[in-house]
Amino acid sequence: MSDVRTSAPGTPVAPPRRKVTLTVDGTETVAREGDTILSVCRSLGIDVPTLCYGDTLEPANACRLCMVEVEGARVLVPSCSREVEPDMNVTTDSARTRHARRMVLELLGSSVDLSTTPRVEAWMAEFGADPTRFGADVATVAQPAKVDNNLYVRDYAKCILCYQCVDACGEQFQNTFAISVAGRGFDARIAVEFDAALPDSACVYCGNCIAVCPTGALMPSTEFDMRADGTWDVSRQSETTTVCPYCGVGCNLTLHVQDNRIVKVTSPNDHSITSGNLCVKGRFGFTHVQ
Amino acid sequence: MIGLITAFGASGGTSSYAEVENTDVIVLWGSNAREAHPIFFHHVLKALHRGARLYVVDPRRTPTARFADRWIGLNVGTDIALAHAVGREIIASGLHHSEFVANATQGFEEYRACVEPWTLERAEQVTGVPAEAIRELTHAYATAAHAQLGWTLGITEHITGVDNVLALINLSILTGHVGRPYSGVQPLRGQNNVQGGGDMGALPNRLPGFRDVEDTEARARLDRVWGTSIPPRNGMHLTSMFEAMERKELRAVYVVGENPAQSEPNSGHVVPLLEGLDHLVVQDLFLTRTAQLADVVLPASAAWCESEGTVTNSERRVQRVRKAVEPPSGARDDIDIITALAQALGADWPDQTAQQVWDELRSVSPDHFGMTYEHLEAAGGLQWPCPSTDREEVPYLHARLWAAEPADRGRPAPFSSVEWKPPLDALDADFPLRLTTGRRLDSYNTGVQSGAFSTPLDAGETVDMNPDDASAHALAEGDRVRVSSRRGSIEGPVHLDPSLRPGLVFMSIHAPDVLDVNVLVSEASDPRSGVAEFKATAVRVERADPVPSHT
Repeated sequence: MSDVRTSAPGTPVAPPRRKVTLTVDGTETVAREGDTILSVCRSLGIDVPTLCYGDTLEPANACRLCMVEVEGARVLVPSCSREVEPDMNVTTDSARTRHARRMVLELLGSSVDLSTTPRVEAWMAEFGADPTRFGADVATVAQPAKVDNNLYVRDYAKCILCYQCVDACGEQFQNTFAISVAGRGFDARIAVEFDAALPDSACVYCGNCIAVCPTGALMPSTEFDMRADGTWDVSRQSETTTVCPYCGVGCNLTLHVQDNRIVKVTSPNDHSITSGNLCVKGRFGFTHVQ
Repeated sequence: MIGLITAFGASGGTSSYAEVENTDVIVLWGSNAREAHPIFFHHVLKALHRGARLYVVDPRRTPTARFADRWIGLNVGTDIALAHAVGREIIASGLHHSEFVANATQGFEEYRACVEPWTLERAEQVTGVPAEAIRELTHAYATAAHAQLGWTLGITEHITGVDNVLALINLSILTGHVGRPYSGVQPLRGQNNVQGGGDMGALPNRLPGFRDVEDTEARARLDRVWGTSIPPRNGMHLTSMFEAMERKELRAVYVVGENPAQSEPNSGHVVPLLEGLDHLVVQDLFLTRTAQLADVVLPASAAWCESEGTVTNSERRVQRVRKAVEPPSGARDDIDIITALAQALGADWPDQTAQQVWDELRSVSPDHFGMTYEHLEAAGGLQWPCPSTDREEVPYLHARLWAAEPADRGRPAPFSSVEWKPPLDALDADFPLRLTTGRRLDSYNTGVQSGAFSTPLDAGETVDMNPDDASAHALAEGDRVRVSSRRGSIEGPVHLDPSLRPGLVFMSIHAPDVLDVNVLVSEASDPRSGVAEFKATAVRVERADPVPSHT
């Protein structure tokens, strides 16, 4: 359902959802039918690590980092997509979950460049993951970054195949369908149609794929270039949310500013108009004030 | 705005974007939202994935039309003919909402008589839309449980722009598709504060809070707040200002954030008028073409990222704009400039923050009273009307029309028995093609802002033609052509575009320095809105270079 506000009288509302009582890490809690284990954990302040989960998209169920234990279940379950059930007993932190998360991080870390993935270093330490333990000759997805346009860069050496860009470009948001998956097995990779260069594809440069990419594999050129120059410094950046100057839709823009220059534009995921999405003008059309 | 005021007494779109997601039938009329309002179109796409149907009425088979269940490709400037045929078919099929029509509208019998001549067959002849397609559109819209009708400049940039809007609103009140959840009418605004500018009174006939300048009581209220006496007469809209310049009555002009030297029709005529003024002041971010003509240029900060304030979007949502970067040295906030100017003229205006100015507006506009900065912050933007500081109203307007008690329904919504008129700039043997103008995805207006960034989408400005028309003129992709209208001529490369129907030529408005389409466009305008006939110019296309250059 949409996010038509429910506070006002006479406002259309979604049908009511049944209450569900469950236990998470020993605490009994009440959720709503249809809630996921992850959303309940987050509302309780329990920090379950996720990589492929984006809060504006349907769960991709790809990375398996958010696995938790459900009493009575034979295997661990992905908390991002598993819906709560009455009397469920969930454990988010156990030897089994830690072991599973360590494996996921080691396998991803050994094959993918996670250097720009937020929080991953801390998780490696927390779960004792050692991606180097498979030796130096492991298969990786290392490859040069694709710089084929002036707006954003595709660095698939950092891609964990979470499919979020495919979903955002496809039917969940943009409906441009420029991005898909090519190849099979270890060779499976994100590609634009027939592995074409971006300017030869259907891409409209909205950058809504960048917005959902969890690892920095998709990155605005401004950020990519500044990182390459060693000048990208989040600690010196401010974030200010304002309204896009183009057209009358009213998309909120969060301007990431470093040294009085706009270095990146995003939109808040919880904004009712955009759900984190923008068009090419909103995301890249800021240079007239630089 | 005039159309909505006439019908409903309020100048905003009646629905919210989130409602679009939950509606059953969406009609986008003269709107290429996929390119001009891409994030609004995301809400439309959500609806389509839910199973809603989309009808797109547009002379061009735009990227928006490609998502439609049915594209209704009509001849330019025949919107009223089509709308009337839809209205007639609704009535003839007994699909009008007779209870709503009886309870909440007036002028139905006159309207019925007005649309009676518009049979599907006659409409097909005038609009070029097959009768069967009009019938399908009609039945889809009229039988939907909920329906949204949206429009943009394809409706308003005609000499009958106001009547076009009224003809569409007729359909919404005929079917009861207004004033209810998920049903409504929605004009999509082209600029981030078109709605807000009007709401604040930045129109020649409006006061802050969208009160009428000629409303004595509203004026008296503001006179008390401001300790002044507001002249009891309407000002001039842009088109009448140029007419007054021509008559030498208007001798000094202060332009804030506009580029009329390039955005106005018949631009070859506009520049001498601006040059002939005694005094021209331009306040802008850039030294635009208009600013280059000015006696005084006041450098302004960018309202969206270098200063504080609010803007109002197409769903009546007021949102905060915030300062993120320092403006270049010497550039000042609009409020600063206007206040300093008033002080220099001897007025006793205090220096004020954007919030203080907003609070003053709240004090004179009950519909904005509840929108304190704190409330805006907490709610992430608020839609008007918002009379209370701690509560939001329903997200759609005019629920009153459905009230059980007649006394609660307020003023009935009037049908408008408007007449179809063809575009003023008629086609003839000398000017046999119809030029229409519009936007492209990655650009904006005259390119003052969007010209600063380039995208791989930018294929250069072109004269877009139907391939058959091009063949008839022995033209191939890239050939240089001269496009002439009754006002002037411009030259550019031709682009073959199968999405254009035969007889139709398209150019964007974005690059006046390269391809100044407004040289061609007539300044003829709707007398009520002052909006010019940008969408319907009669032109001729000829080869510009003597030798074919098949590039």
